[in-house]
Order: sequence, then C-alpha cells, then structure tokens
Amino acid sequence: MTNDIKGMKDSDVALIIGSDTSEAHPVISARIKQAVKEGRTKLIVIDPKRIKMADHATIYACQRPGTDVAVLNGMMHLILKNGWEDKEFVASRVEPESFEALKAEVEKFTPEYVEQISGIPAKTLEEIAELFGKAKVAALYYAMGITQHTTGVDNVRSTANLQMLCGNMGVSGGGVNPLRGQSNVQGACDLGGLPVVYTGYQQVVNPDVHAKMEKFWEVKLNLKAGMPMTVAFDKAYEGEMKAFYIMGENPMISDPDLHHAEEALKKLDFLVVEDIFLTETAKLADVVLPATTYAEKDGTFTNTERRVQILNKAVCAPGSAKHDWEIHQMLANKMGLNWNYKNAEEIFSEIAAVTPSYAGMSYERLGRNGLHWPCPAADHPGTPVLHVGKFSKGLGTMFAIPFKAPAEMPDEEYPTYLTTGRILQHFHTGTMSRKSAGLNNLAGPHVMISVEDAERIGVKNSENVKVTTRRGSITTKAFITKRIPKGTAYVPFHFWEAPANILTNNALDPIAKIPEYKVCACKLEKA
Amino acid sequence: MKITINGNTIEAKEGQTILQAALANGIYIPHLCYHEKVGAAGKCRACVVEVEGMRGLQTSCSVQLRDGMVINSVSQNVVNAQKLVIDLMLSSGTHDCLACEQNGNCELQDAAYFLGIERASVQYGEIDREFDTSSEFIYVERNKCISCGRCVAACNNTVVNQVLDFGHRGHHTEIVFDTDLPMGESSCVQCGECSQMCPVGAIVDRNAIGKGRTWELKKVETVCPYCGVGCKLELHVDERTNKIVKVKGVEDAPTNNGMLCVKGRYGFDFVGHPERLTTPLIKENGEFREASWEEAIELVATKLSGIKEQYGPDTIMALASAKVTNEENYTFQKLIRAAIGTNNIDHCARL
Repeated sequence: MTNDIKGMKDSDVALIIGSDTSEAHPVISARIKQAVKEGRTKLIVIDPKRIKMADHATIYACQRPGTDVAVLNGMMHLILKNGWEDKEFVASRVEPESFEALKAEVEKFTPEYVEQISGIPAKTLEEIAELFGKAKVAALYYAMGITQHTTGVDNVRSTANLQMLCGNMGVSGGGVNPLRGQSNVQGACDLGGLPVVYTGYQQVVNPDVHAKMEKFWEVKLNLKAGMPMTVAFDKAYEGEMKAFYIMGENPMISDPDLHHAEEALKKLDFLVVEDIFLTETAKLADVVLPATTYAEKDGTFTNTERRVQILNKAVCAPGSAKHDWEIHQMLANKMGLNWNYKNAEEIFSEIAAVTPSYAGMSYERLGRNGLHWPCPAADHPGTPVLHVGKFSKGLGTMFAIPFKAPAEMPDEEYPTYLTTGRILQHFHTGTMSRKSAGLNNLAGPHVMISVEDAERIGVKNSENVKVTTRRGSITTKAFITKRIPKGTAYVPFHFWEAPANILTNNALDPIAKIPEYKVCACKLEKA
Repeated sequence: MKITINGNTIEAKEGQTILQAALANGIYIPHLCYHEKVGAAGKCRACVVEVEGMRGLQTSCSVQLRDGMVINSVSQNVVNAQKLVIDLMLSSGTHDCLACEQNGNCELQDAAYFLGIERASVQYGEIDREFDTSSEFIYVERNKCISCGRCVAACNNTVVNQVLDFGHRGHHTEIVFDTDLPMGESSCVQCGECSQMCPVGAIVDRNAIGKGRTWELKKVETVCPYCGVGCKLELHVDERTNKIVKVKGVEDAPTNNGMLCVKGRYGFDFVGHPERLTTPLIKENGEFREASWEEAIELVATKLSGIKEQYGPDTIMALASAKVTNEENYTFQKLIRAAIGTNNIDHCARL
C-alpha cells in the first residue's frame, strides 16, 4: 500500500476493484465499513461477484472477469472529458508526454465501448466516474483480482494512472493500495525473496549493489538474475532443473495447473521441503525439515501498509523442530560459510545494516507498534504515506494501456467463466486453517454458481457439480447464490479435496509472470 | 485544563469526559457500558458522580469536562447510588463467579469488589434464559448479560457486521442475532468482537472455557499469521501445558484496534496440532523415515553441493515463504545466494 491503515478514514471515496475485502482482509474491510457508516466515505465496488462490501457501497458494478483495463480506462475517459482530473497534480508531478499518451489511449474508451467489453452499463460507469472524479481524496484498494491476470501489470498500471490523474497520490486517504494477502508477503519481497533483487529491492544485476553485497557477505555472488517460480516449474517440467528447496510454501495446492506442477516436481533429482506439516508438497520431498510456527518464534513481519512489527515467542516448538533461520545457519555452515547468529534480533541488525529502507530500524525502535518503511535513519519516524510531494523517481509516469482479453475466454465447449479466490474461514493452501475443526465446520469446498446456471444444469444447493476446464476437472458441492452473475463460477482454492488449481490456466503475465487465476473457461455439469 | 476530583487537582485534556480524565489519572469509577472503543452510552449508570453546580448525579461517561470543574466520585451519596446500580445488576442474572470464564477479568466483579458488595441483596425468581451454544466459537449465556449494549455497539459500529441488536421489550429485553436466530444460524461471521467487548461472562470464547483462568495464563503480544493486515494478537498461554488457550486482539494496536477475524482469533489449533512435524524426515524407497538433524543437514548439504558442482548453481530453485519472518527470509536468501550461488529464489507473492 502507498498509504497506511490509519488514514483509511480520511477518504471521501473508496474504490474497491478486485478485492473481496470482507473475506480476505476482514479487519481492513471493517475500517472501510466504519468510514462509510460514519458518513465520511462513499464506497464504490467493482467486481464480477457481488461481494459483501457491495452491500455498503453507494455504487456497485458487476464487470466481466478480466476487463479491468477497459473499466479503468473508461473512468479516465469520462474524468478527462468532464475536466474532473487534478490539473495541478498532472502538470507538476507527471511526465507530460506520458500524460498525452494516456489521454490519446483512453479517448476511445467511451462508456458504450466499455459496456460492450465489461458488461457495466454506460450509465453506471458515468456515475462511478463522477463520484470518483469529483472526490477531493479518493483511495483505491485492490488485491489479487487486479494482479492475477495475463494483464496483471497493465491492470496495476491502470490503477496508478487513475490515481495520478485524480491527484490522489501522496495524501492521507488516497493512494494505490494493494492489500497483501499473507502475513509476511510484504516482508518476503522486502527481504530479497525475489529472483531479481537483494533486500530492499536492490537489483541483483546492478554492479554497485553486487560489489556491496559481495563485500558485506564476504563471498562471490552470481550477477545473473534468477528465474521466477512459475518459470522454474516450466523448466523443471522440461527436465532442466535439478533441485528445489521449498520453505513454508505449498505449491501443490497454490500453483496453477496442478497436474503440470506435480509432474515438474517429480522430475527433480532432489526436493527439500522445510515446513510445519507434511503438506501436499512435502509428501513429494526427499528430505523434510521441521520448522516452527509464528507462536514459537521471535522475529518481525512487515504488513500490507509496510509496517514492520515484532513477534514474540509464546509457546515452545514440538519435538526437535527448529526455527527456519537455525536450519539455514546449520546448512550454511555445513556448506563452508561461517554464520554465528544467536537470535532473530542479531539478524535484524544485519538486515538494517544492508537494507536502506530498513536502515533506521531496530527492535528497540520498533517497540510495540512498529515502523513503516522507508525508515532510512535512526532518527527517521518512518513513512506511513509514500510519494508525498514527489515520487521517488521524480516525475510519475503514466502508461497508455490498450485493452487485452484474457488468455482463455468462454466458448461453446467451455461456456462459463471460472474465477478463483479466498473465503473468510480459510487461508491460502489450508496448511494452517484446515487444522481447525471449527473452521472446517464453518466452511468446506464448494463452487459458487448463479441461480440461472444452477437451474440450467439442474442442481440444487449442496448437490455435486463437476467443474471441467481444459486442464482437468473437480467435483464439489454447489453453493447457489445471487452474489454470482449468470455465466460465472467461483471456486475457493483452499481445499485439497477439490483443488481449484487443477482447473486454472498457467498463462502468465509477460512481465510479472503471475498466472491468470482469475479468468479461464469452464463447463459446469451435474455430477 | 485543570479539574478537581475528590479534592485533588489534575490536568485534563479538552474534549475528555469526566470518566476518561479520571481513568487517565488512575482514579477508578465503576463503569460497564462505557468502553473507549464503543464510546459512551450513558446506559448502565454505574459511573455516576457529583459535579458542583450541576443538579443531581451525573453519568461521568457522558459529561464533557469544563475548566475548573469540581467532581466527587466517593461521597456517600455517590457510593450509595453506585452500589444500588451494581446490586441490581447482580440481582438480575446468575452472576456466580466460581466457574465463570470471566472470573478475574470481569468488570462487574471489579465494580462489586470496589464497592464492597459481597452478594446481591435481592434475587429475581425466573432467570432461566437458554444458553446459546449454536455457534462454533462463541458461547452466549444471556443469564449473565447486563444489557450494557457494548456488544451491540461493537457489532454495528466497530466491525460493522450488523448482526447483534436488542430484541423484545421491557424485562424481556435481551441481545438477539439477526431476527432472533440462534447465533450459529445467524449471519454472524464469528469475528469475536462481541466477546472481546463483553464486560462480563455473557459472551465468551467457547473453546477456552475451563482451560485456565486469566491469572494463570501468560499474555504474549505477537502478530497474526494469516493475511497481511498485521493484526496484533495477545496470546493467552498455559505454560504448564504449552498450549495457546485463547487469543485477544490488542486494543491499542494501530493495525487492528483489538479487532480480529474468525481465523486470527479462533484458528490457532494448528500450532499445537498432533500432526506437526517434530523431526527431520528422509525418504528411502518411497517411504519417509525419521532422521537426526545431523544426518538430514549432511544429506541436504551434500546433495545441493553435488548438483551445484555437476550442473551449476542455476539448476537449483528456492522458494522463500510469505509466512515466515523477515529474519528467516533474509537468512534463506543469503543461504541460496551466498552458499549455493544462484539468484533463483522466489515465493508465492503471485499465488
């Protein structure tokens, strides 16, 4: 998030597009609902599913899956046509040629054209553009509904275009706010768990960074960028990869096209899995290393608003399970390095020493409430809102983005859109939440379908439905709901009994290499 | 501004109520319907005080301070009124502390203790409202409800789930879920905010019942392991059994102000689950066998080094984790980059 949670109450308008907020980020949804209830904020929801947040919205619009660029371009078309853009912000903070290019691109996205693509009535788009465009401060929230597309990068850039156009950057209550979906997904990115960067997004291929890291770690380092996981799976499938070392992840539930992923892992010479349970992935491993849970360790997580917060150990780990860092230290020393970390705090000091955005942090300074990065110096208060007064790169760049359809669209054989996501009661691959009998009692595997589609295929609530795509099929219970439009099916991906990712398409965004989980074509049959 | 409470002059802030200023200065005034987060309701009348120049007793939770205000919260008149309120509350339900989950953490008990009330002076005859055990994680015992309305305010104004309300009339008034459905059949999402806000033992966390009293449990602040909001948790731990007994949201945390969802508050079974991995495993002939750390580490180091030698470091891929700490992601990428020599590291941020 460019902005912080505290400032959520300062928005005149909040736009949620591609986030089922009350299911996936319940406490943030409470903040938005509070702001709406108190009368300060008006809410706009755009989503293929009539999510619960729509019940609190001034305007809800149902879009076809995968049409975000068209919808956002359509909003910008109307905002420019009516002069609702923030002229001062655009003039002083945006590269003029990029603004001209954007203007030329959105010119053709008339409400009627957008209606043809997205299914959102022209009049509704006009109402959305007016409410959003005239707002003094408007926030934009998204989650995987924006990113998990072959046009993920285009979608994200479109959200940034809109927020720059309306001058909503660098102000409390505004911002482009991706809601991060896992406790430390922000931290895993910040700490160099990516193939192209060291900690704090320092580029692997930058010779200065490379020299700095070699000196700091006192080893020779590889100057070549690594490959993203989605690509590594393809290469493993082709037999080009020899070993995978997987820590605290369960790609056998979370990867697209699971049959393909399983074949890929089986072709490896060696698979190590470090985890807390014998997950679906760990079962395929040659060696499994037992690790500890959040409640058993000290350390830090970085949340969706870039706030670094301290975890404190509450219980002892079972058996001989070890902290992940202890395991890494044993391995590093066995492989010829000389590590001597005594606790998590020592590691954090090293992180601060080598990471500019964390440089001013220490456990003492983090205290009970943490600090927002960037926090470059010991006397810096942290940065709740990014891009105040200036973008870190100087002027902001807008992108002219044409609309592209998803990789796989419904056709005669597979006539229904399939989209996937989370539900409130479970989390990701279920490794943690599915160990709770209570959570399992509250929600199990299902496919959400519309009343019309249920009637068409002749199933009643809780009867079995077979969902088939070009990759495979699952059979699961029908959850018939008015929240799903005709022609769309929604499968939560938490459940090994009916894994949504047997069905999903592993077509990737060309830049981010993110799979298109949010759109593919399926067929529904009574099972 | 300066005000005087019970003869002592104290500093107070503009906009504070009498109760807020008193509490901030360590002066306890019994109060039940007021909570910092849900605000003043002026409902329970336990917090009455005398204010010079104002007629009758005033509810301190709802009177805004004025400079120079002179307040008395301990006069005989005030104490008699407070005692009557608490006495009637104790009379109106089955406020038996012995096996109550809130014993030691009950605001009604605190008020009775402060005022020296040993037992209710009258007992109503018919106190037999049904227990609501229909919900997976929350237990509702209306016989202990004092109708303070904190849960109703919390559900409607804090988490804005709009499930709880007062239903029925007069003596029969009680909290209801939706159209007076059992909690488990209502639209309740079991975030547990009502249980967090309940000042007595009327709404409690079901799985914690009988598992340990508040003073026996160690309280540890940490961060929720589920989504990326970063809600602060207070884990209540039984050190003898090494088990988490219950989880509360940290009220003054800037991320969540005490709010949690059903997973963060109730979904901690995995920590002490019998299927946890407790020892390294090595696969032989398609079957796992237990191994020592020495053997497992030796094997992993040898295998990875061998593959690196034979095929090059870039044939090895590492997946970091969005569920482990910053420190552990740091050591992992350092291991992969410095010991193995590849930048092939990624995690499931995209998935």
